[in-house]
Amino acid sequence: MKIDVRNTDGVTILEPKGKITIGVGDIALRDTVIEALEGGAKSILINLAEVTTIDSSGIGELVSAYTTVANRGGKLKLLHLPPKVQDILQITQLVTVFDVFDDEAEAVQSFS
Amino acid sequence: MAAEEPQVHLAIGSQFENIELVQIVVEESLRKLDLAEDVAHSISLAVQEAVANAIKHGNQQSPEKRVEIDFGVEDGEVVIEVTDQGAGFDPRQVRDPRMPDNLLRPNGRGIFFMSSFMDDIQFDFKPEGGTVVTLRKRLPSAPMASGPREED
Repeated sequence: MKIDVRNTDGVTILEPKGKITIGVGDIALRDTVIEALEGGAKSILINLAEVTTIDSSGIGELVSAYTTVANRGGKLKLLHLPPKVQDILQITQLVTVFDVFDDEAEAVQSFS
Repeated sequence: MAAEEPQVHLAIGSQFENIELVQIVVEESLRKLDLAEDVAHSISLAVQEAVANAIKHGNQQSPEKRVEIDFGVEDGEVVIEVTDQGAGFDPRQVRDPRMPDNLLRPNGRGIFFMSSFMDDIQFDFKPEGGTVVTLRKRLPSAPMASGPREED
């Protein structure tokens, strides 16, 4: 799995592409979030548009990233959930935890 | 398992990178059943969860221990058995990950995923050691020739 990182108006946007599953993308996602935090990021937006599969381990990493960022005084939000990821966040009731956006500009604005 | 086609038996070493091999074989087998894409994806994901659990919690990633996967169709159901060589566990101790106290836990959702995606999940613990997880999903009945299908 590949994760692109870019910055827009002070928001660090992570764009994982491919699978976030056990042994594949889960550790990569964790490392990228930690790296962003260590680089001083406080506002992190994960764009999931190009995630093809996420398993319980990948969902666990999203939750872990959320709490890690929050514990360091930052905020982590999600952008462009593919239907399969949306379904999983629904059944796990994690939709009640994450702020989710369909529009990047609106998501970036929400951090300010 | 007295199964119709397709029937597959697969044995892998306890490494996470082998899950992709299982995924490829299971998805190819599901393709033969002509299921809706989202149904096939759900079954594939449930199997991957069962295999991941077998590798991680069952076999403790021990390289000499194997995970076996049996895929078949039986009485109108897709039936997948995932067998590990681990010590087993008590399913009653598995927490509901949707409860407020568990919502922010980074783990503990694997069995919930399997239960959510399949119609039935069963755990059998062999006396000589090893756990068999049996996942079942009813195949949709053949579409009617005419008229709307009645939902129940």
